[in-house]
Amino acid sequence: MTATAENAAPPFIRLRGITKAYGIGDALTYALHGVDLDIAKEDFVSIMGPSGSGKSTCMNILGCLDTPTSGQYLFGGLEVSRMSRKQLASLRRYYLGFVFQGFNLLNRTSAIENVELPLMYRGTPAKKRRELSRQALKIVGLEGRESHTPGELSGGQQQRVAIARAIVTSPAVLFADEPTGNLDTSRSHEIMELLVGLNQEKGITIVMVTHEPDMAEYSKRIIHFVDGHVATEKEAA
Amino acid sequence: MLFNTILLALRDIRRNVMRSVLTILGIIIGVGAVITLVTIGNGTTAQVTGQIASMGTNVLMISPGQHRGPGQDSAAPSFTLQDVQAIRKEIGSLKAVAPVVSANATAVAGNKNWSTSITGSSNDFFIVRNWIIESGRTFEQAELLTGRAVCVVGQTVRKNLFAEDDPVGKNIRLGKVSCQVIGQLQEKGQSSMGRDQDDLIVMPLLTVQRRFSGNRDVAGIQLSVEDSGSTEQATEELIILLRKRRHLADSEEDNFNVRDTKELAAMLTGTTKTMTALLSAVAAVSLLVGGIGIMNIMLVSVTERTREIGIRLAIGAFEHEVMLQFLTESVVLSSLGGIVGIIIALISSYGITLMLELPFLPDFQIIIIAFLFSAAVGVIFGYFPALKAARLDPIDALRHE
Ligand SMILES: Nc1ncnc2c1ncn2[C@@H]1O[C@H](COP(=O)(O)OP(=O)(O)O)[C@@H](O)[C@H]1O
Ligand SMILES: [Mg+2]
Repeated sequence: MTATAENAAPPFIRLRGITKAYGIGDALTYALHGVDLDIAKEDFVSIMGPSGSGKSTCMNILGCLDTPTSGQYLFGGLEVSRMSRKQLASLRRYYLGFVFQGFNLLNRTSAIENVELPLMYRGTPAKKRRELSRQALKIVGLEGRESHTPGELSGGQQQRVAIARAIVTSPAVLFADEPTGNLDTSRSHEIMELLVGLNQEKGITIVMVTHEPDMAEYSKRIIHFVDGHVATEKEAA
Repeated sequence: MLFNTILLALRDIRRNVMRSVLTILGIIIGVGAVITLVTIGNGTTAQVTGQIASMGTNVLMISPGQHRGPGQDSAAPSFTLQDVQAIRKEIGSLKAVAPVVSANATAVAGNKNWSTSITGSSNDFFIVRNWIIESGRTFEQAELLTGRAVCVVGQTVRKNLFAEDDPVGKNIRLGKVSCQVIGQLQEKGQSSMGRDQDDLIVMPLLTVQRRFSGNRDVAGIQLSVEDSGSTEQATEELIILLRKRRHLADSEEDNFNVRDTKELAAMLTGTTKTMTALLSAVAAVSLLVGGIGIMNIMLVSVTERTREIGIRLAIGAFEHEVMLQFLTESVVLSSLGGIVGIIIALISSYGITLMLELPFLPDFQIIIIAFLFSAAVGVIFGYFPALKAARLDPIDALRHE
């Protein structure tokens, strides 16, 4: 390794040569082949690219939900690929927030209980937990829907519960996979303003996948994915 | 942390009402059926054992003719009092030897009457048949020798003729004979054959011979062997003695038979054992059915659970927390089902034993075994799919179809 200079001041998040293969034998295909990516603290990055270009796969690896086939992932200078399952869980618990493309809420569980869940694992006391969850739901515009279960909410409302659950812990990094995919334009802009606020006021690093240029405009940088690797990188205006 | 996990588990139980109820139901069925059936089996066994004891132990019954099955005894000369005396003199290790004759009569006292059977015998009869005198006394020597009209009554006779009054000292009329009650016997209840053992009047042998049968024959001899003696040996000696006294040639068959109540007891115990085994088999099947029910419901929900575990892992749950949560859930459901099952089983088996007039004898060992088995099924099938899912990468658990 020649990277003595790099090691001296590593960026917050660094991917080097990340690959992800699915299937075995003849069916072996690469969803990612060699992703290099640096994300600084308090950055706000949008990932764009055609469907199937590996955006979600990359987000899952960044969110420590999936393990890459090869490559290096550094988070705050620590080598994620060398971490134990428990260390990865700690990372997710205390530093990361994740908004899934498919929401992934607990069925038959009220909105507020869904939002409370990450706080529960953090050991936040019950009263504080309620208060923070209420607040988070209010921020995403779901005041009064606390006791609704996902089945009783529309797709857009479920998406907002998922966002509330991801931001309730004020994570160091928020990963959001198409967080406005199910929202109308005005609601989408509201959510984007919320993310910008979190980024500016709380210094939360945000990595977001979107295919709407309008939404990408809110971020500081846009990264384009093509065929499982980063195509071009340009500073957003 | 532990508190939170338990809280999560309880929330999960509440959320999945259907799954929880079905799991509990499976355990209730398993535990409930086993405990109920075993308790009833125990009651029956205890009742039969009690009845065998009430028949008298080590008892031999001698009757004339060959016993060729029920009601098929061939005709043969009866016994005499000399036979009884010979037995008493020549056969060792006998506790009591009672000559027996019987007659049927309608007993009348005041305006009540009751049709019953009269047994003529000596005081040895009470010893052989394990009768306890509840009040009054047994026969005096003079009453036996002169054939006085005195009697000892069983509880069924007492109830039907005197209701709750003390019968001792009162008179009853048996046909043309007026007879004074000198004692009453303690209640024995039904025999194992379903006959009411307390429906009898006992009088001195001579009284019955003179006033009812009209001859000096002794219809049967009942005797009991000392606890230290053997009924088998006594039977052998009796056969030799009676063959000699009845002048039977070597080529002739016995024209009398000696029955050992031990054989009857063994037969009854055998029947009870068969029944208990049958009940146990049914119980085992119920336990299995309950277990399969639990298994099924748990396995059906694996997909949903795996996704749920994926979500929990993704938002920061540790593997051991997820497993602890599911373990807690399984244990809570299983214990709840087990406890409800035990309560229902105890109540219903108490009711059933009461109805069948059986003693209520729950077997705590079986209760614990049934409980542990069902709980193990609940825990294993609730916990292991969760354990498997908790070891996946969160994304793989989330993608589980
Ligand atoms: N679990 C999987 N098994 C097999 N192939 C997969 C799996 N997940 C994703 N892929 C493939 O990987 C590629 C990238 O998928 P994805 O990251 O979801 O793309 P995007 O989010 O950019 O639309 C696609 O070709 C997809 O078919
Ligand atoms: Mg995607």
